Amino acid sequence: MTLFGFFRRAQAPSSAQTAKERLQILLAHERQDRSGPDYLPMLQKEILEVIKKYVQVTSEKVAVKLERGADMSTLEIDIELPGPQTASAKPAAAASAPAFAR
Amino acid sequence: MAKIIVITSGKGGVGKTTSTAALGAGLAMRGKKTVVIDFDVGLRNLDMIMGCERRVVFDFINVIQGDAKLNQALIKDRRLPDLSILPTSQTRDKDALTRGGVEKVLEELRNDFDYIICDSPAGIERGAHLAMYFADEAVVVTNPEVSSVRDSDRVLGLLSSKTRRAEKGEDPVKPHLLLTRYDAARVAKGEMMKVEDVLEILSIPLLGIIPESPTVLRASNVGTPVVLDESSNAGTAYADAVSRLMGEQIEMRVLGRERRGLLQRLLWRTT
Repeated sequence: MTLFGFFRRAQAPSSAQTAKERLQILLAHERQDRSGPDYLPMLQKEILEVIKKYVQVTSEKVAVKLERGADMSTLEIDIELPGPQTASAKPAAAASAPAFAR
Repeated sequence: MAKIIVITSGKGGVGKTTSTAALGAGLAMRGKKTVVIDFDVGLRNLDMIMGCERRVVFDFINVIQGDAKLNQALIKDRRLPDLSILPTSQTRDKDALTRGGVEKVLEELRNDFDYIICDSPAGIERGAHLAMYFADEAVVVTNPEVSSVRDSDRVLGLLSSKTRRAEKGEDPVKPHLLLTRYDAARVAKGEMMKVEDVLEILSIPLLGIIPESPTVLRASNVGTPVVLDESSNAGTAYADAVSRLMGEQIEMRVLGRERRGLLQRLLWRTT
């Protein structure tokens, strides 16, 4: 099979290699997180408090998305804001901003 | 109104999480709105097998404790639009699971999904008990091996006594046997118990026979439910099991280990 190893190299990484890389990234994050408190619920609560000072939103309208990467993670917080007529049922605007990376 | 199915076994390492991922993905492939829930608090792994481990923000425990809404903790699968994952906490301990909390989450999910698949932890303690407590049906994952069959028998006893259906005197939880890591070649040599042997001992209906297959490890390496590999024997066997779970009558077939032709072997990709 070594004869074909040459052709293989150019292809996608082996599944074993993928497994190792997935674990390395995940465990690096988990070992780091273990030392500190679970900050995401608190972060969400505080962000919501700040928004509530200015706009009427409920926690259901907040979507927090996270993508952990090897060098950088992105945390995306989408907050659906009510439309110009607060009384109308359908909110029209949505604010989206990648909040921070670590 | 969703059907709640627990994937359980008693014994560890028999393929509960692999089967949860495969059956959940298989149901979603058939257009059923499906959510898979990890009940193994502190030892989260369903997220890895489903390949969404880097996207976990909130979890089952956050929802139970009111720190997040259910729709914030649900992760939508990127391959199958009808599939969602509810991961568990990696940092809390199992006491964070409460019966009332689990019930509330399941009731909320019941309105939005067709199938709720609960991935039980090994053992018969709190997590395993709560995973099975609200179930309508149970998939008992068993290897053709003495300790696994014995533990499955113990779990069947619990299903018929320690569940909500049992306590309320309703119709019992409907059990299904899923025989995994089955090696037809070793059975033929008399080195492994036959399907019939296991069925005779446990006497519950057979949902499927999953052959021992290298595809299972490969699928877990890359975080893809094995049922998505439709060319593999294990994937085909899981697809058959999904059909039976949906109530279809499908002939039971015992698939062997994968045998690839020379050309296939030469062209065999490493992933």
